[in-house]
Amino acid sequence: MTEVQPTFGIESFYRFVGEGKLMAAKCKKCGEVMLPPRPVCTKCFNKDLKWAEVKPRGRLLTYTVIHVAPKQFEELAPYPVGIVKLENGLQLLGMIRNVEPSKLKIGMELTIDFEKPSPTPTQWPQWPRYHFKPA
Amino acid sequence: MAGKPLVSIISAGMSQFGRIEGVYARELFAEAVREALERCPKIDPEKDIKALFVGHMGESYEHQGHTGPTLADWAGLTPSAAVRTEAACASSGVALRLGIISVLSGMYDVVMAGGVEKMTHRTTAEATEFLAMASDYPFEQWNGMTFPGLFALMATAHMHRHGTTERQMALVAVKNHRHGALNPKAHIQKEITLEQALASRVVAWPLKLFDCSLITDGASCVVLTRPDLARKFTDKPVHVLGSGQASDSIGLYEREEFTSLKAAKLAAKQAYDMAGVKPTDIDLAEVHDCFTIAEIIAYEDLGFCKPGKGGKLVEEGVTALGGRLPVNTSGGLKSKGHPVGATGTAQACELFLQLTEQAGKRQVDDAEIGLAHNVGGSGATATVHIFKREY
Repeated sequence: MTEVQPTFGIESFYRFVGEGKLMAAKCKKCGEVMLPPRPVCTKCFNKDLKWAEVKPRGRLLTYTVIHVAPKQFEELAPYPVGIVKLENGLQLLGMIRNVEPSKLKIGMELTIDFEKPSPTPTQWPQWPRYHFKPA
Repeated sequence: MAGKPLVSIISAGMSQFGRIEGVYARELFAEAVREALERCPKIDPEKDIKALFVGHMGESYEHQGHTGPTLADWAGLTPSAAVRTEAACASSGVALRLGIISVLSGMYDVVMAGGVEKMTHRTTAEATEFLAMASDYPFEQWNGMTFPGLFALMATAHMHRHGTTERQMALVAVKNHRHGALNPKAHIQKEITLEQALASRVVAWPLKLFDCSLITDGASCVVLTRPDLARKFTDKPVHVLGSGQASDSIGLYEREEFTSLKAAKLAAKQAYDMAGVKPTDIDLAEVHDCFTIAEIIAYEDLGFCKPGKGGKLVEEGVTALGGRLPVNTSGGLKSKGHPVGATGTAQACELFLQLTEQAGKRQVDDAEIGLAHNVGGSGATATVHIFKREY
């Protein structure tokens, strides 16, 4: 198997999640920060990027509580999902755990828990999970 | 005031919308095509229809890909060039736009634009999963996000920012069911009460079952030609005056705001500018009410009211039949149903019927200009079309 160089993209984003980190791509030319990281700057189309760690902490912008879930999530329902604003105006969507749905509030502060990657990957995809929880 | 016609619609057809058992997408589509040809007997499909643009979202439902020619074949339209378009729930809004562009290009004189989806033979969990494919897989679906969930995120934000209420959203459902009860092609031709809507079970809070459009089987189509040829086929053509389309991030989570759809606002601006009309010139509209909150946001994005005032508009009855600006006289996605790929051209079909006074019990008097607003996914695609009757 050929060793694939880690690039700025989805696989690297989740590899870092598996290491307990939230990593964005920063364009060395125009300074644009992209989360999830992308291989080409969407502002200036430059490929010269560097990694920028993002603090796993932010504020809840909006949320819902999923009652009718897709098959693979049926056992978890009902579960809250929200969009969170992190530093630098970056935003991410994720499940919110350790909270009563009735206690959810727009503007509340959340942190991120990272899960370990699956030790025996069988089929695609095997992205490690992350989720939000009250700070 | 109004600008030059881009192309003309000379006929439209729709299959029954509903839970139609033992029938396949291609068979539903053939029925829509048959009705369009019956409505305008001067169209010779073999001689006239040179291309088909057909919206279809999911191969998963029937394990069938290559659906362009599949649908052309079973509708008797081969060997015309068959192009399947996929833009989630805006698949046939995009098909319509491509049909318009293909006629405008001078390549074809007559083309068909249509769409189809066969969904109800699958379980709700399967349909939920297939529909969610219209969202971002690694960053939304992977986190348990669903399609109703995305619009629920918009609803929560709209309620928080503008004070929109669950009651106002439920009123959209009540209105659209009242309209749909007058449409013999609608999936659920039954009125509902506000109490019923508010008491229905939660799907993705704050959205309840009656805030959601229906999982429906159905097909629709329109036939387009050059404005100078339209009279050869019919005395009552409907002209397309404006067409707009825009895209936005595939993930809702990346957007600057969740209380409006940027792609819809841009598509609307393009269509209004092209048509030379203003929001106040619109007599009736079919908007993409995949969820009740989506209709409220549509009012605002289309300039029917100021941002944040969409809930008020439905509360005041402005958008009900008999109101100043009837919206979703067909029953909308909520009551007529939402066979995803068929929705865009079903909207065009309703406006064709209204503007040619063939809308039966739900006919809007003296309607001259109609608007169709079709949204794909959580707003990564939007199309807006403006139609005007000729006579």
